[in-house]
Amino acid sequence: MSQFAEYAICLLLLTGGAFTLVGAIGLARLPDFFTRLHGPTKATTVGVGAIVISSVIYFSSQGEGIGIAEILITVFLFMTAPVSANILAKAAMHIGVSTVNNTRGKPWEQ
Amino acid sequence: MFDRLSFPQPWLSLILFASWQFLNDGVSGASVVMGIILAWAIPQITHGFWPERPAFIKSWRMPAYLVRVIRDIVVASFEVAKLILSPRQPRPVFVSYPLELEHPLAISILASTISLTPGTVSVDISDDNRILLVHALDAETDDEVIDAIRTRYEKPLLEMFE
Repeated sequence: MSQFAEYAICLLLLTGGAFTLVGAIGLARLPDFFTRLHGPTKATTVGVGAIVISSVIYFSSQGEGIGIAEILITVFLFMTAPVSANILAKAAMHIGVSTVNNTRGKPWEQ
Repeated sequence: MFDRLSFPQPWLSLILFASWQFLNDGVSGASVVMGIILAWAIPQITHGFWPERPAFIKSWRMPAYLVRVIRDIVVASFEVAKLILSPRQPRPVFVSYPLELEHPLAISILASTISLTPGTVSVDISDDNRILLVHALDAETDDEVIDAIRTRYEKPLLEMFE
């Protein structure tokens, strides 16, 4: 493996790990359900993206060709993440989960 | 009865077939048979849920849109990460976003984009498909959120679908 590939993989793994950690911290620290939704669904997109790219670089530098599976993981993740976030938010809205006091605007009743 | 044997969504069937081959790590007899079964069954089952196809999509504008979205995801992730780690409280807001897009497929692409970019989640859509309820993690004013969505995502989608 070339020096450059090694550094690139290290950098991407560290970035991915850092973003996933920040997502988890956000889940613990943010004040209410709707704001917590932002931490894990978002910071994690970049986190997983970076880890998957590092995996692609690793296996292609090992001479095993570009991993299609990794690309499929990314595609599925990017397709399902917004849908699950939307369903969670919608469910919370219907149950009437309380929001943090300084939230402006209200979820509507339908 | 021949309806049951057809492929109502040829492109979806093709994509399903191809991704099944990739998931199986190479083409073999079994994966081709299974791929054909999936390419037939999934569009048949989900056919009723698909919105009517728009007459014309300028699909060549899609790559530029995707590049912009991916760039925004990265930039906005750093902002959300900074907000999470900073001691100040976020200023969350529910925004009613008035939609200009009319086609259901275009609206669902816009809603997914809003949910994917960090800092905003689309929560609900009004029954007449005119207003999208968006929750923003940190915004000073409603207009700031509406303007950002309008210029960055809805304009390109409007050009694509009109």
